[in-house]
Amino acid sequence: MRGAARLARAAGLGGSVIGGHLGLRLDPRLLAKLAAGRRIVTVSATNGKTTTTNLLTAALATAGPVISNAQGSNLATGLAAALAGDLEITRAALEVDEATLAATAVDLAPSTMVLANLSRDQLDRYGEVRIVAEKWRTMFAELRRVGKTPRVVANADDPLVTWSVSGNPDVTWVSVSSPWTADALVCPDCAAPVIHSASDWHCTGCDLARPTPDVSLAGRTVTLHDAGDRMAELDLALPGAFNLANATMALAAARLEGIDPEVAAAAMRATAEVSGRYATVESDGRQIRLLMAKNPAGWQSSLDIVAPPPTPVVVAINARVADGRDPSWLWDVPFERLAGRRVIAAGERAEDLSVRLHYAGVDHDVHRGPALDACRELPVGAVDLVANYTAFTDTLAAR
Amino acid sequence: MNARSKRTSPIRIVQLFGDLLGTYGDGGNALVLERRAAWRGIPVTRVDVTALDAIPRDGDVYVIGGGEDGPQSRAARLLGETGALREAVDAGAAVLAVCAGFQIMGHSFVGPDGTAVDGLGLLDVTTARARGPRLVGEVLVDADPTLGVGRLTGYENHAGVTRLGADATPLGQVVGAHADRPAATRTEGAFRGRIVGTYLHGPVLARNPALADRLLAWALDVEPSELDPLDDTAVERLRAARIAAALSPRADRPETGAFDRIRRRLTAR
Repeated sequence: MRGAARLARAAGLGGSVIGGHLGLRLDPRLLAKLAAGRRIVTVSATNGKTTTTNLLTAALATAGPVISNAQGSNLATGLAAALAGDLEITRAALEVDEATLAATAVDLAPSTMVLANLSRDQLDRYGEVRIVAEKWRTMFAELRRVGKTPRVVANADDPLVTWSVSGNPDVTWVSVSSPWTADALVCPDCAAPVIHSASDWHCTGCDLARPTPDVSLAGRTVTLHDAGDRMAELDLALPGAFNLANATMALAAARLEGIDPEVAAAAMRATAEVSGRYATVESDGRQIRLLMAKNPAGWQSSLDIVAPPPTPVVVAINARVADGRDPSWLWDVPFERLAGRRVIAAGERAEDLSVRLHYAGVDHDVHRGPALDACRELPVGAVDLVANYTAFTDTLAAR
Repeated sequence: MNARSKRTSPIRIVQLFGDLLGTYGDGGNALVLERRAAWRGIPVTRVDVTALDAIPRDGDVYVIGGGEDGPQSRAARLLGETGALREAVDAGAAVLAVCAGFQIMGHSFVGPDGTAVDGLGLLDVTTARARGPRLVGEVLVDADPTLGVGRLTGYENHAGVTRLGADATPLGQVVGAHADRPAATRTEGAFRGRIVGTYLHGPVLARNPALADRLLAWALDVEPSELDPLDDTAVERLRAARIAAALSPRADRPETGAFDRIRRRLTAR
């Protein structure tokens, strides 16, 4: 491990993504060597992986130092860079890109793996969401074959996650109620319709159905059914039901790593922003709250927490490679909810947003270009900005 | 309003299988039709049909979108079993079929296991897998002049190559088709009568209001020119931006080369 890390460090001046990239080119076994002898928890999901990893890191840190890549890249190079960053620390909480997970799982050999949700995202890059679930399924078969079966914390309310995980011996099923079902209306196994009710789902064509949860979230209360219905209260600084779900997944994973649920819940309280998400920035007298959403499921969650009128809302969309080049998913986002309030469409694809808002019956202005400039067109005061990935990172860089 | 239309009952827009084939935002097509009718004061109802529902036989415009192979085969089977769509088409209904939906309208397409699956045969087209990479990117199409819808803009993302038989007419010619584009894909889509098939997402009617109005005019048995004009400022702005992007030398062309793969790795989040 030390030789490998020295290699990566020498190549890239310590723990950087470029170092990881070069290190992996020089030694394809680098990731496995860096992971050896460590306890690694991975977090993968379409939405919320950065936030969940942050919350998990906070919980694990109550028992000593933890490596995390939560500020950096979640691809193989970023994972190698994070692990090479400090060789003395034996525990790691790693956010892993959902498509990268299958390629790195055998090398990382995580002790615990968190799989929180799967929905449509960047169709031109990942392909259809079932393909990601299929990769996870194949990955688990491979992990079992080589004797590296991890403990899994999985979302029981998500049919795609459930299908990808089923067959594993050690799964903590977590119910966090997933409000976004539009990408799980068809069974990933047999393509029959999946029926969703308030707290249940099942396939109409095969045996795939919601597993009985071991841990469940109701309001802000997490109940551990596998520990005599013991309860823990979440008290987050982060807004929204979606982050309560993220925290519940983190709490369940931390518990498998030996952290008491109440200690974990208390530790998560301190997290008020995650790489700029949920932060409020001041710009020319506007207090701009930054919300990021990358796909229909994420947008729905973000629209849930947008401040009530009269707070104006700026929505900003780019369609670069990292965003997905095709923004037609805008038509699956319930923008109708913004009707009757002050809205500006911004970003490099403001025109696409504008047409969507037009058909949603939402009066709006169009400001093609950076979201911050659009915010400055509004009266002095509070603004909620919802932006997709590169529109968001551009805003962070410009603030 | 639409003086020439003798119709008094609402036009019925039927969104087929948004649950099975709702992957690419194509549900927006039904919304566009619905809004453009309502804005003109034309009575309109929309029916959303899932895989568990009966398919109405009395729709005026049927829309079906894109999705994955397994659900596509199921949708084709459900449509084949009832015959409702064929009946509606025989009675004069219009159809907008996108991507996987387009393939279903043909004689056959490729199922999840790589073998041919029967389509409905409403369009004289047959779909096979592309030998090269998936076709992904912005597309600009000069539509067949008889449709009167001008230039179409959209985003394609498919592995199937659809060949047209004698009874199908290309929806249009791809503008500035790249040399690496398979010959069979230098034309886009197909139509016959009031059945329109296309690979264009966007959704296609959001980007191309003339095509939406073409479908509405069929439903009303009027000419598109008889429909009241609408304020399409936002749409025209989008069309101008997308058409310029498709025509620029560094257009949003399919990103399949080695350079693109590397760039994708470096810029992926």
